[in-house]
Amino acid sequence: MEIHQFDFYTQAILSLSALVGLTSFLMLGQARLLRMIFVFAVQGLLLAFTATVAAYSLDNHHLYISAMIGFILKVLIIPYMLSRQVLKLNLHRDIEALNNKTTVMLSGASLVVFSYYILHPLVSSSSTLMINALAVSLSVILLGMLLMISHRQAIAHVVGFMSIENGLFFAAIVSTNGMPMVVELGIAFDVLVAAILFGIFFLQISRSIDSLDVDQLNRLNEVE
Amino acid sequence: MNWLIAIIQIGLLVLFSPLLAGWLKWCKCRLQNRKPPSLFQSYRDLIKLSRKQPVVAHHASWLFLIAPYIIFSATVLAASVLPFIAIDLPTAASADVIVFVGFFAFARFFLTLAGLDIGTAFGGMGSSREMTVSSLAEPAMLMAIFTLTMTASTTNLSAAIDYVLTQGLVLRPSFLFALLALLLVAVAETGRVPVDNPVTHLELTMIHEAMILEYSGRHLALIEWASQLKLMIYGVLIANIFFPWGIAQQFDIHSLAVGLATILMKLAGLAIVLAISETAVAKMRLFRVPEYLSFAYLLGLLGMLSHIILEVTR
Amino acid sequence: MLAAYLLLLISAVGIGYFAVIGHQPNVGKQNVYFNSLSLFISIILAFNVFEHGNVLSDNKAFLIDSFNVYLILLTAFIGLTTSIFSASYMAHEQEIGRLTEARLRLYYSMYQGFMLAMYLVLTTNNMGIMWVAMEGATLATVLLVSLYRTPESIEAAWKYFILCGVGIAQALFGTILLYYAAAKVAGIHNALLWSELYQNAQQLDPNILQLAFVFLLVGYGTKMGLVPLHNWLPDAHSEGPTPMSAVLSGLLLNDALYAVVRNKMLVDGATQNHIAGAFMMGFGLLSFLVAALFLHRQKDIKRLFSYSSIEHMGMMTFAFGIGGSLATFAALLHMTVHSLTKSAIFITVGHAAQLAGTQKMEQIRGLIKTEPKIGWGLLIGTVAIAGFPPFGVFTSEFLVLLATMHHYPWLAPLLLFGIGIAFAGLFRHIQPMVYGLKPEMQHPISANLLPVMIHLVLVLWLGLSIPQFLADWFSQATLLISGSLPL
Repeated sequence: MEIHQFDFYTQAILSLSALVGLTSFLMLGQARLLRMIFVFAVQGLLLAFTATVAAYSLDNHHLYISAMIGFILKVLIIPYMLSRQVLKLNLHRDIEALNNKTTVMLSGASLVVFSYYILHPLVSSSSTLMINALAVSLSVILLGMLLMISHRQAIAHVVGFMSIENGLFFAAIVSTNGMPMVVELGIAFDVLVAAILFGIFFLQISRSIDSLDVDQLNRLNEVE
Repeated sequence: MNWLIAIIQIGLLVLFSPLLAGWLKWCKCRLQNRKPPSLFQSYRDLIKLSRKQPVVAHHASWLFLIAPYIIFSATVLAASVLPFIAIDLPTAASADVIVFVGFFAFARFFLTLAGLDIGTAFGGMGSSREMTVSSLAEPAMLMAIFTLTMTASTTNLSAAIDYVLTQGLVLRPSFLFALLALLLVAVAETGRVPVDNPVTHLELTMIHEAMILEYSGRHLALIEWASQLKLMIYGVLIANIFFPWGIAQQFDIHSLAVGLATILMKLAGLAIVLAISETAVAKMRLFRVPEYLSFAYLLGLLGMLSHIILEVTR
Repeated sequence: MLAAYLLLLISAVGIGYFAVIGHQPNVGKQNVYFNSLSLFISIILAFNVFEHGNVLSDNKAFLIDSFNVYLILLTAFIGLTTSIFSASYMAHEQEIGRLTEARLRLYYSMYQGFMLAMYLVLTTNNMGIMWVAMEGATLATVLLVSLYRTPESIEAAWKYFILCGVGIAQALFGTILLYYAAAKVAGIHNALLWSELYQNAQQLDPNILQLAFVFLLVGYGTKMGLVPLHNWLPDAHSEGPTPMSAVLSGLLLNDALYAVVRNKMLVDGATQNHIAGAFMMGFGLLSFLVAALFLHRQKDIKRLFSYSSIEHMGMMTFAFGIGGSLATFAALLHMTVHSLTKSAIFITVGHAAQLAGTQKMEQIRGLIKTEPKIGWGLLIGTVAIAGFPPFGVFTSEFLVLLATMHHYPWLAPLLLFGIGIAFAGLFRHIQPMVYGLKPEMQHPISANLLPVMIHLVLVLWLGLSIPQFLADWFSQATLLISGSLPL
């Protein structure tokens, strides 16, 4: 089936999923923390938009609430909190050198291929939209992990962590039209608490090692 | 009759191109709180230049002398391929999009040769920078254009636009990426901020201006006109591929007039966008340009991939 | 059903209550009261289930069946005994000035928060809520790991937070896939309810469920400390306060395994093959062997026993993976005895570390001479966890071995090898600590070893004979999980 034969909802979701995937890549390649946080907010906005489109097209009202929660949490509160931390800890001038950017980008691309590969068994039983949406959200999750592995700043780790949440949110909206409201609220609550805890941790870490470079967290290891 | 329309179309494209440059300058001035020059200032500049006696360096070869004419005519040829106010014109069938890109490459080849010809330091520097930028920009552009041609299953621009028109409004992820890629490439290829700045002659950063530093008089006028035309062509390309609605499909007066009016409005809009981005963005260091262009390439590649993955039949 | 609500309510009230008054002198005792109330209620709940069978709440949000009822009981029990220990432990920590009042408030409040999350994981019927509660357990405990604010503890907590957070995100993806598979089947109304899914398991798309299970296993497996996702576990156990290590090892790991097994039941119903079991066997055996080898390298006493926890979780995962009735029965029993023994050991270890003033095993010596209670407690606990008869761990390990010999005889030598290695690794470290020369300047401290005694006696009892009600539950749970009755 060619794309012009799909309904508008499918086209919109496919386009949005492509953009969400793109924002993940942008975050991965970003050396400056404030820009990374900005891209993260853009990703949150795209997700809120996805939820709104889904709510409108499927006439599913509780997705409006999800979109609202997602917007407040992921576009306003968390980016605001993170960028305040960056400014407070004076990290916005640092350029975090990704010492092997090409490798990171290439492995990012291969992670996308990998997520399509592992979702391949579902091709026969699912629609194009589902496969693509699931694959994109899985790659957003994996790219979030890669972001955490490749960056050294604790704040970048949090952005990675939260973008993993974004991937899950996208999967939940598109593949299942949103989880039941209780679960959705529970997850949002968890994310909020996690965000607050991260704030506390930045304080603790910066007090204890005088920076937020997690490479310096190396006291505990097996090989001594 | 069709040939007549085709020739008129090319003529209009060539004639309007200084107006677009003037309009862009006007927008930028307004945005920067300056008093803008007249919209027709570019025409006046061209006329004045063409009246002046060209001064040519002593050891300039014949290449230096003929380059402006070649550049201008190659750009006009490229313009002839492009559907401006109407599709399915006879000139459109003569060449496809790869030739279209080829015309630009041809013009650029002579421009860089002319830059090298005199043997000044600036000319050589400009030529080498131009080649660096274009060698990175061209693949990105081809990627973006191939995304379009793969969707439409044709490399003919006119037919591709026709395809997009008949499909109606379809949200394609690949087009989103291709549009972004093409915008970035267009900025780089036409020498606008943040890749190059056409209004300064700063030796550290200039690219296009460095190559044409030795030209004067009518030669300079032709080259300037050609680069204005190039800006126009890119504008028309982006406007007509991604937002082709309004372009004339029949050759009656009414639809042609509508086609002309809509494309001028689209171009005016695009110019405003460009003016805003030029005002908001600072010029980047030359060493960051490859990064910028590889991002454009990445977008083009993603467009192609998302076409293959998301849109094609399983 | 009321009892289940009450159980959650008590912990929820506890969070707020201790957040306000958690710094007062006798707060440890109040924590004990809260937990004994919980235990009392869970006993009532257990009686209900024993008398009337499975309980499903009216809106189907909560489900108590024979699989989780004994875990609820176990959770409440270990919660209580650990709170008894933590009262004296925390008082001592406050005395030597390692903790401020604000942190004590945090500690007691989050102790209840953790208990709430545990009860919620066990009682809920909704797979989404189960995930939320599991993540909630991380969030509740992460600040407790960094309670001492040392650079090491902050590092451990950060690792714990990030690794478990990322890991459990995979489990949510698995849950979403599960929901997706269920939403495609007509006739399932509330597609995240376990009871609904279990009834319709055969209609679920096996491909999606297989994929979902991989994610679920990786996700909850991180929480369980399965190799290679175990890195956070020794750090978090060794750097946090000891009562936390006791409940993490005794309860959190069990609950993560519980979540995996609940999901496995759905997947088995859909796929009708042994693929989920094979995954669990592989991960379980790997964790078991790697952790057994790592035991030898440890220098910190709490790290030593946290690796022992990984080893045992690996064995349980392996046993559930084998899948037959015998192995499942053994795994259920092992969950119980391991929780009891391991929390007892951590309590003893906490006392030993306070006695010696360090957690480094090189400096802990002559326990039996300074404080015979602690020395004997540690020795007996280690004997029990290493799988000596007549303790319960022996029984369950023996049953696992039997099941392995029956189904996969070629894996039995590996299992035996691992048990042997682990045994050597434990005793090599424990023996000098218990018997070695007593260092000077080591003074006896007031230790409350009542919880340890109770736990070890229970483990001994379970080793000699399993009480009737527990045996009934185990059998029913085995029937539920493996589809056939044991023995």
